Amino acid sequence: MSLLTSILASTISVAVIMLYATIGEIISQRAGIMNLGLEGIMLMGAVSAYFTVVHTHSLALAILTVIVVGALLGLIYAFITVTLQANQVVAGLAMMTFGSGLSGFIGNSITGVAANLKFESLPIPLLSKIPVIGKIFFSQNLLVYILYVIVAIVIVYIYKTRPGMTLRALGENPGALDAVGINVFALRYAYCIVGTILVAMGGAYMSIAYSNSWQEGMTGGYGWIAAALVVFSAWNPAMAVVGSVLFGFISIIGNYMQAYFPFIPVKFVAMLPYIFTIIVLILTTGNFRKKHTEAPAALCVPYDRESR
Amino acid sequence: MKFGFEKRDRMPGYMRILNPVIFVILALAFCGILILTLGFNPLSVYTKMLKSAFGTGRGLSQSILYSIPLMLCGLAVSVAFKMNLNNIGAEGQYAIGAFAATAIVQFLPPMPVCIQLPVMFLVAIIAGAIWGGIAVLPKAFWDVNETIVTLMLNYVALLVLDYVCYGPWRNTTLTVPYTDTFPESAWLPNIPGTNIGIGFLIAIVVAIVIYLFFRFTTSGYQISVIRNSISAAKYAGINIKKNIIIVMLISGALAGMAGFVQVCGLTHKLQPNLPNNAGFTAIVIAYLSKFNPLVVILVSIFFGGLTTGSYAVQISGVPSQVATLIQGAILLFVLAGEIFTRYKFSFSHKEKMVSANKGGEA
Repeated sequence: MSLLTSILASTISVAVIMLYATIGEIISQRAGIMNLGLEGIMLMGAVSAYFTVVHTHSLALAILTVIVVGALLGLIYAFITVTLQANQVVAGLAMMTFGSGLSGFIGNSITGVAANLKFESLPIPLLSKIPVIGKIFFSQNLLVYILYVIVAIVIVYIYKTRPGMTLRALGENPGALDAVGINVFALRYAYCIVGTILVAMGGAYMSIAYSNSWQEGMTGGYGWIAAALVVFSAWNPAMAVVGSVLFGFISIIGNYMQAYFPFIPVKFVAMLPYIFTIIVLILTTGNFRKKHTEAPAALCVPYDRESR
Repeated sequence: MKFGFEKRDRMPGYMRILNPVIFVILALAFCGILILTLGFNPLSVYTKMLKSAFGTGRGLSQSILYSIPLMLCGLAVSVAFKMNLNNIGAEGQYAIGAFAATAIVQFLPPMPVCIQLPVMFLVAIIAGAIWGGIAVLPKAFWDVNETIVTLMLNYVALLVLDYVCYGPWRNTTLTVPYTDTFPESAWLPNIPGTNIGIGFLIAIVVAIVIYLFFRFTTSGYQISVIRNSISAAKYAGINIKKNIIIVMLISGALAGMAGFVQVCGLTHKLQPNLPNNAGFTAIVIAYLSKFNPLVVILVSIFFGGLTTGSYAVQISGVPSQVATLIQGAILLFVLAGEIFTRYKFSFSHKEKMVSANKGGEA
């Protein structure tokens, strides 16, 4: 029992990396902006958080830096895709390259430097005493709890509030919003920025809560898995939780498999999350299913008032 | 006087070349600011990069050496992107090509040069094509997004390289995870009188063939039709499924060829992370070249020079990641600059001005 509990607890701590990014990307794609640069943005989040911690020894400042960096990247991305109406697939790839290059460039001086400060696990009084569940969900660190709150807010916001309805319309039919006097461009900027901040937080969680280190390219594909999770979850944040826990489990189970089945090469075990992503993507989006997932209708379509 | 954007149908020819060049320069200026904030002098960094990459004969041949896999991957990506097929898996197809070529050396007895090299070449391109094929079948049959699938297969392919280099194929006498050096019958010769591999000529020939294919053959024309309008292509009776698969197989084969050229022409052994981001740089190259195969060759040499330059400035403490940084910034800026292919700046007193979609003021 205690083995299962510890497997599930570490599942949650890995799932959080992907969930931050997935929720961020869902918000952005719901607004009609696809940002495939997740990997680069997460790396920028990871490096800026770790850099700040190494140089200032302040976790609060680190989070603040990540928010600023995320907002800046989001602003750049929104400018290129909303105002300049660039091809979003290529812009995302550009963002990925730019982010991984810049993060490696900045992070060169802090590679292998120990920060000796991270978000330590912080069991919630009472809740953490609940058998099994307390250990799995409520003995994590602060950034995990913050994500619980964010997820709850996002779910309620998207499905139960008026601005949430506007957000959904933004990705489906921006022309209709424009017709009733809502500023499509400003809203897309705003959601793109909020989404990018969350994605950057996923990277920050990785460097200053999950692993407490910085390494070039340390996100190792989590950003791309998050992009796949957005599709898997059918742009529904609640399903994103399910998906990221599932993928967290797949990524973590390899380490445990190693202990019980030492004859399976480590590298093969490491392939699991990627192969699993492909299979899940085919199963959820293949059009052989009667009811396969459909993307927001205006996703990747720049809004142009003149061609309305 | 009013100032704004005005829509235009066609960009004048000279502007289509000048526009990206201007934005490449702006991207370099932007990276210069980043380099400056990290405490280096951007001007001296750039001068040193340029000098070491293209200023000496040795530097130039080094740059060309680096550019060979970039050319083949760049061509691979261009062919796919030309049909709106986002193959971002060139990295993995390259790795699998190199893996397959090495497998021949590992499993088969040495053969005479005139058999060994063609066999390795064929096996590498077939392996690359298969790796691309795996990614495209779900797309062709069930319309599954190929971007994520090709990307995921990169990680799998790189782990395959890791596995064989750290495991069964490792040369245990070395401290680094390399395979045995290939027998000389599996070495590609250099261009006589230089130390540039024959792979350079292979890439150029491939580029010319692709150029002629798109210009003069029916299949090439069909692919351009599909790119411009899927419905028009359907109406004209073009088999889209078949074309998607063929294009992806070709794309994978070209990336696989890069693997062959690299292991047989340069490293003469397999090592982990052999592609070293070439497959991603290739995306930038393909896009900058507007998918024109002949331009891919030129842009690749520029990017090969970027690599040479980044290693040169590393000695003075500048992180070599400056190369990736510049690549990403160039793509972002050139992409941003494309607004000018659809709009132009204008100054006038007239009221007719149409302002572009500005975030705040719309």
